[in-house]
Amino acid sequence: MGRFRGLAALALIIALLPLALPNNYYYDVAIRIGMNAIIVVGLNLLIGYAGQISLGHAGFVGLGAYASAVLSSRFGWPPLAAMLFGMAAVGVIAFVVARPILRLRGHYLAMATLGLGIIIYMVLVNESAWTGGNDGMSVRPFSLLGLTLASERAWYWVTGAVLLGAILLANNIVDSPVGRALRAVHGSEVAAQVAGIDTTRYKVRVFVLSAVFASAVGSMMAHYLGFVSPQVSSFFHSIELVTMVVVGGMASTYGAVLGAAILTTLPQLLATFEGYEMITFGLILMLTVIFLPRGLLPTIAARLRKAG
Amino acid sequence: MALLEVQALSRSFGGVHAVQDLSFEIEPGKIYSIIGPNGAGKTTVFNLITGLYRPSSGRVVFDGSNVTGKAPHELARRGVSRTFQNLQICFNMSAVENVMVGAHLRLDQGMLGSMLRLPALARRDAVCREEAAELMRFVGVGKYIGALADAMPYGALKRLEIARALAARPKMLLLDEPAAGLNPTETHEIDELIQKIGVSGVTVVLVEHDMKLVMGISDRILVLDYGRKLAEGTAREVRDNPEVIAAYLGVVAKAAA
Amino acid sequence: MLSQTLQYLFSGLTNGAIYALSALGFSLIYNASGVINFAQGEFIMLGGVAAVLLTSAGVPLPLAILLAVLMVAVVGLLLEKFAIEPAGDADVVSLIIITIGASIFLQGVAQVVFGKGQRALAPFTGDAPIVIAGASLLPQSLWMIGTGAVIVLVLAWFFGRTRLGKAMLATAHNRLAARLVGINTRHVLALSFVISAALGAIAGVVSAPITLTSYDVGIMVGLKGFVAATLGGLGSGVGAVVGGLILGLMEALAAGYISSAYKDAVPFALIILILFFMPRGLFGARVTERV
Repeated sequence: MGRFRGLAALALIIALLPLALPNNYYYDVAIRIGMNAIIVVGLNLLIGYAGQISLGHAGFVGLGAYASAVLSSRFGWPPLAAMLFGMAAVGVIAFVVARPILRLRGHYLAMATLGLGIIIYMVLVNESAWTGGNDGMSVRPFSLLGLTLASERAWYWVTGAVLLGAILLANNIVDSPVGRALRAVHGSEVAAQVAGIDTTRYKVRVFVLSAVFASAVGSMMAHYLGFVSPQVSSFFHSIELVTMVVVGGMASTYGAVLGAAILTTLPQLLATFEGYEMITFGLILMLTVIFLPRGLLPTIAARLRKAG
Repeated sequence: MALLEVQALSRSFGGVHAVQDLSFEIEPGKIYSIIGPNGAGKTTVFNLITGLYRPSSGRVVFDGSNVTGKAPHELARRGVSRTFQNLQICFNMSAVENVMVGAHLRLDQGMLGSMLRLPALARRDAVCREEAAELMRFVGVGKYIGALADAMPYGALKRLEIARALAARPKMLLLDEPAAGLNPTETHEIDELIQKIGVSGVTVVLVEHDMKLVMGISDRILVLDYGRKLAEGTAREVRDNPEVIAAYLGVVAKAAA
Repeated sequence: MLSQTLQYLFSGLTNGAIYALSALGFSLIYNASGVINFAQGEFIMLGGVAAVLLTSAGVPLPLAILLAVLMVAVVGLLLEKFAIEPAGDADVVSLIIITIGASIFLQGVAQVVFGKGQRALAPFTGDAPIVIAGASLLPQSLWMIGTGAVIVLVLAWFFGRTRLGKAMLATAHNRLAARLVGINTRHVLALSFVISAALGAIAGVVSAPITLTSYDVGIMVGLKGFVAATLGGLGSGVGAVVGGLILGLMEALAAGYISSAYKDAVPFALIILILFFMPRGLFGARVTERV
């Protein structure tokens, strides 16, 4: 069963990793990696497989986060209901904007998605009566059926499980008629069209799906951190997410996980070099894309295949 | 009744008339060729028939229904399939997956089912993969069944496109210069392949520069010049048409001499 | 009422001039290479920052401006040589990431050299506002609008009258054909980065007295330049200027009459609306794809 090998390996890593995590700080990093990885696995379907860029995906993370924060903390909704409502709302918003936006190509698409993200960010900053503005707002812990997710350890296992589920869903899509249609949109849009694929419809579907992934993680982040600020939906966060896809390896689900791991850890490592973290981060971005244009995992895999 | 009727079709690009007032009909089950010098508008006609371009005026009627200006995927749904002069292969996929893309309309397209990989979907997909491999053997690229598309040579990719087009089980197949860039042996094999496709009952529309190939297999031939119909008829009628000789074959003869 | 509207127009034109220069930078590089240079805003930031550092080190203002523009032009050249050229024929997403990497890198360098604070450059010719029909205009605004106008004229002359300018246009139109008639398209690419960087630096220097400067001012003005360039139609020089001015005016009017809190969202809402109806901006070429 080749299709489950990668998943099994990752499950093993997730199961064994706690042995190497000495304290909550490391758990925290691992949880952030996992959460980013879930977003990026979804985003990779859009960017890596379907070949459509989004420079505003953090906007959807932000919408999910604030849906959970506002509904659960201000209106007393059960967290799960708030999360599902957020996902549905983001799905509808993404669906409404997707059709006109995804007709655009290349840089025009980049521009439109960037604009969308920035508008969402500004709404979150300015509607402070609801969102707390730039100061953000606190979020009550996630609870379900009387059980409350509070400790890092609990969140670690939940995030790990959701990540594995997300990867399973993503891989299933890639290896299905829908997934082939998406990849054909990337490979040759004309060929896809004459093969009967309504390419706009598929772009819309994958855009909505990746937005819903982002929203779900936004909700998780809000409850885990117990706090949200508009920064979750900043332009820089959108860039970070795209970078995870590109550095890890486009059209490679596990590459996306690797990208999330590296780019989540990196700022933590660089934080000690006050002032130089941006220089290093920028350099790493440029160097990876220039010298490993296919991304880390596909390049490594190709090297191994050659060597073997 | 004709399978395809093209009526007074015109398309211009910024004042240049690529196709002008063109009418013709194609009977089902025939091999119909469109020839003409470079820039005569042959590929434009294909693009108009398959919905990639919208006509400036005129009508396209396929299988009894007006399909003028319909999107490419809607034409595919009605049974129109095609290949491209400059390859349109998805190099981000394996060879067999490229062919499976052609079968898209016959497969499950539900998002949820795909995510959950429902057993029925997985089963149909496996059958589709088998059929795609079979089609690859049919067009003569059986040895690339396990290959990635970007590992295949040019000649094989041209056939792979034909296999993809056939995977849609079309009523009408448009082949845009299937023999371009191929050596004589390969061209001969394409010749045989087209006849095999014709025999299987698919209507074939062919744009091709190789005159020997065209004259040998076509039931009817349409000659285009500057986007207009110059002549139409059987191979013999076209070959003997003085205007055709002057405008087109003469040039070839001169070049060959 | 009239004076208020006039006030918004002044402020719109002032900002619009900067957006136009930024947009021209985007369009120049886009034409030469097909790259959207997300580091364009950093050229603007670097121009202002360099001028502030030089003047505070005692260099006279005119010389400081000249040096700042030269330095940033060199940065533009280095960016092209060491980041864009080695990437070769990378796809759009990769090129976007490279220039974003460059942008973050340059911000980092500026942060280390300049610190995190905000500083202003001294106005070129005093700060006594000129009052016109009840609306006041800073002399520095006139410098910004005037500089913008002069640069547009110079560029129009350059692309319309000089061999080099025409070679750059030819390259934008058809790179292969340009190469066939003997144009060194690599030089054109490098030159487009140098000119764009210089444009950015000039915009940064003339705006630094009003908008203040710090290591992170480049992002917004850069993104808005991208909006302006897209609004006009990517690659169109006229489009960039018109797009920049429209953007500046819309932003000022929206800030005045609708909501100043959403001032920065206006350009992005505007561009999304425009793209809904005109997928290639106002002046972008309508193309039929060949298959």
